[in-house]
Formats: sequence, C-alpha cells, structure tokens
Amino acid sequence: MKKTGSQNHFLPGFGLSLGFTLVYLSLLVLVPLSLLSFRALSLDGTLYRDIFQDPRTLAAFKLTFASSFIAAGLNLIFGFIVAWTLVRFPFPGCSFIDALIDLPFALPTAVSGIALTSLYVRSGMVGRYLDIFGIQVAFAPLGVVVALSFISLPFVIRSLQPALKDIEREYEEAAISLGASPISVFFAVIFPAIRPALLTGFSLAFARALGEYGSVVFISGNMPMKTEIISLLIAGRMEQFDYDGATALAAVTLLASFMILLSIHLIQWHYSRKIQPRS
Amino acid sequence: MFSSDYISRLSRLIFQVITLAFVSLFLILPLCVIISESFGGGLKAYLNAISHPDTLLALGLTFLAVIVTLPLNVLFGIVAAWALTKYEFRGKSLLSALIDLPFAVPPVIAGFILILYLGKHGVFGSLLEKFDLNIIFSTPAIVIATLFVTIPFVARELIPLMQEQGTEEEQAAVSLGASTLQTFFYVTLPNIKWALLYGIILTVARSMGEFGAVSVLSGHIRGKTVTLPLHIEILYNEYNFTAAFAVSSLLMLLALLTLIAKEFFFWKLNSGGSVHQVQEDTVPGDPAS
Repeated sequence: MKKTGSQNHFLPGFGLSLGFTLVYLSLLVLVPLSLLSFRALSLDGTLYRDIFQDPRTLAAFKLTFASSFIAAGLNLIFGFIVAWTLVRFPFPGCSFIDALIDLPFALPTAVSGIALTSLYVRSGMVGRYLDIFGIQVAFAPLGVVVALSFISLPFVIRSLQPALKDIEREYEEAAISLGASPISVFFAVIFPAIRPALLTGFSLAFARALGEYGSVVFISGNMPMKTEIISLLIAGRMEQFDYDGATALAAVTLLASFMILLSIHLIQWHYSRKIQPRS
Repeated sequence: MFSSDYISRLSRLIFQVITLAFVSLFLILPLCVIISESFGGGLKAYLNAISHPDTLLALGLTFLAVIVTLPLNVLFGIVAAWALTKYEFRGKSLLSALIDLPFAVPPVIAGFILILYLGKHGVFGSLLEKFDLNIIFSTPAIVIATLFVTIPFVARELIPLMQEQGTEEEQAAVSLGASTLQTFFYVTLPNIKWALLYGIILTVARSMGEFGAVSVLSGHIRGKTVTLPLHIEILYNEYNFTAAFAVSSLLMLLALLTLIAKEFFFWKLNSGGSVHQVQEDTVPGDPAS
C-alpha cells in the first residue's frame, strides 16, 4: 500500500468525490438509519419490557440467534473440510466445485428456500430418508438451521482458502518428523494460523444468518413459538401497521447483532495483538 | 502400526469423500430439484408458467429495478472507491465501514427503515401528501430498497484493487496535463475494468434476487408491485408448485451465468495486467445477503 504523503491532494476531484460519496450515503443509509434510532429512543419503555416478557417474541429471539449460531458453527466444521480439500487435496473437477461454492450467494434466497423445502419435506428426495429415523427438517427448527447453513456456506470457505494457502508446510513437516500426531499438528500448528480467518468467516456467516428472511419463511412453516424468526415477527408488525412495535423489535435486533459482531472483532483484535505480524 | 504414508493417503481420501458428499448433497441436489420440479408438469406447463402475463410483469419490474439500481450504484461505487483510495483524509476507516453498513442490516429491517423514511409518517410525509405521491407499496419503493441493499457491491470490489494500484499513474497523467475525466477514462478505468465488471455482476445478481426488503415494501399487489422472487412466493403459497419452480429455474439460470461470469472475470484479473495482481480469494461481496 502506498501513501501519497505530502502529495496528498495532488489529484483533482477530492472535494467532489468525497462530497458525492457522503451525500449519497447520507440520503440512502445514514438518515434512514438514524431515523430508526431516534424513533427507538423516543419510544415508551414499556414496549421494550413487552419484548422481553412476551413468550412468543422471546421464542423467536432464541430460535434466530441459536440457529444462526449453530449454522455458522456447522459451516466452520464443514467449511474447514471443504477448504482444506480444495487447497491441499485437489482432485479432477475441483475447480468446478470451487466455482460452485458461491452458489448460495448467487441464487435468490426465495429460490433456495423453495428448493430446500421440497428436498426436506417428508415426501422429498432427502426428507423421506430422514423420516425413517423420525427426523423432521422442513417445518421444524432443524429446517431453519439447514436454510441458514445453506445461505451462509460460502463465507467460512472463502475466508479460509487464502489463509490455508499461506501456511508454510515446513512447520507441519517439522512437527510430524518430530513425532507429533496429526491431531496435535492441527492444534499446535494449523489452528493458530487460521484462527483469524475462522473468526472472520464465522462472524460473516453469523451476521448473514441473523438477517436471513427469504429462504427461512418457506422451510420453517412459520409456526408461532416454534419456527418463527425475528424478521418474520417484524414483518408481521409492519403488516398490522404496528410501527412502534416493529421499531422496538428492529432496534433490539440490530443492537444485539452489532454487539455480537463487535465482540467477535474484539476477540480478533486481542489475538492479532498477541501474534505480531510475521514478516 | 500403519506407515505415515498410509495415514496421509487415508486422510486425503476421507477429506475428498466428505467434500464431494457435502457439495453434492448441499449444493448440487437443490439445483437438480429445481429442474426436476419445474419440468414435473411437462414442457408445455413449463412454457405456460414462464410466459404467463403475471410472470412477464414480474420480470419487467425486476428488470426495471436492475436498470435503475445499476448505473446509480456503479457511479457511487467508482466515486466512493476513488475518494477512499486516491486521497488521504481523516475518518477514512469510518467512511469505509459506513459503505459496508447495508450488509449488516437485515433485509426486513432495511425495508422497515425505508418505510419510516419514505412513508406517510416519514420525513417527507407531508411533502408527499401535498403532491399526492405514495412511494411505499409502489414501484419506486422496490427500486429504492434494491438500491439500499446493493450499495456496497461495486465499491467493495474496487477499493482493494485501487488501493494496491496507488496513485502514481494518475499523478503522471495529471502532471502531463490530462483532465480529471481523461485521467479516469484513460488511466484508471483500464486498470479496474474487470473488477468493475465483477462488481456489476454481483449487483445485478443481488438486485434480481432481493426478497426481504422488497417483500415488506411492495405490498404484494399482483401484476403491479411484484418482482420475480415475490412472484415465486405467491405461486408457491397458492400451491402452484410447478409454476413456482419454473420461474425459479429462470433465476437459477441467471445465478449459474453469474458464477460463470465470475470465474471468467477472476481469470482475467489474474492473467491480464501482470503488474497488478489481485488476490482471488478475498471474501467476495455477498450478492445475496
């Protein structure tokens, strides 16, 4: 990265480009978002108390955060396996799989939603085999986890791939030649090197899963207390023109997810301070 | 004892098998289901579904949203990336975080925020009432929601690349007497064209597929404020599964084209312009979040 230093504003167009950027962002993002915060701050406190006392809302919060967390965690495990295979154990057709990883980003979520639903309903291609074991995915909390894992799948893999490519194999080979088992090589050599990438991938996947709406509304069945997510509750309040209720819910959700993302960033920062950049 | 060579071959095989099984079950199977369900009623039913007037109207609205969103966010992306990478100023990282903010706002909440902003009780409420304009639950609302959710895509693709390229070439051009526009079109643009095209592809993919924000803002007025994803929802909820999947197959085709285009642009980025190598694996902007 180059710093221009003393030749700072040598290029013309600074005021114009920065001004346009700020105006555009303010009109579309900042003003609308601050409107929500002003409205949220001026609301009657009882509305917030209701949120935390209403069992239906609490159930939705629990489902949304828990299933997002589980989905991001599952992606951590399978994402590692897929990324490791793509980087270390390539096989013919690997580049096709690599290209396909971004599919959940490219496919509209409504399409993902109905495709997953028809796969996992009791008569579906996958659901009928799961049904034998009494596992119900579609129209059950498990379906929410499946949908959220699908839509957030690329994040962990795409964060991990460059980190895995950067690991120098000499360390692993040295550890193995000194008699370390594969498991201890993983925890002593590989895991510390990919921890920042894992955290980034996890937080991106988690944040994405928290806000997901399109795919979940199809697979979950939207049963109150059971498979209802927060986004759906907010949409419901809006349909009834209960804008105060929607504001309170939206504010609490945004605050909670910002705080979780912030704490992940703090963990990241904590580790990056401990491990000085190798150069 | 097994030899270490045996263990490493075995672990290689296990990893490959799990990956193949996971990708086929999780990524390829959903695609197969879309195809098989959409042709479940035969070719004629498929063609009827995708040529139904409601489908065509939804297609038109989706197209309109893309056509309006794309130039605005491309312009914004280029200008914002230029401002962030060609100059030094305070608060730069804050501005960069602000550009990413729409990624972090759940789509339904984004839609709600825009209702507060543009609705009758919003900031411009009295103004809108005066001119008897109703923005929410109408076409402009859908366009603005799409605009909101796709703001970061072009800028996100351009910023790392332009940061890496620095400002030397532009400074040389300006000191030789080129105007700002000339500098941009003859010096900067050729350097960033593939990343720009990739950003455009991501923006198009996301604007066609946006569901949450558009859903709460549209009012679901059939034939009027329904985009393709909303049309799929309506058909699906009416148990018209074949038609829902037929329309889905159109969007799936576009998604696959997006992936092919993405591979092509990355290949171009890494093979063309040997001076400026781009890291392929930076986490891509997320066209569906």
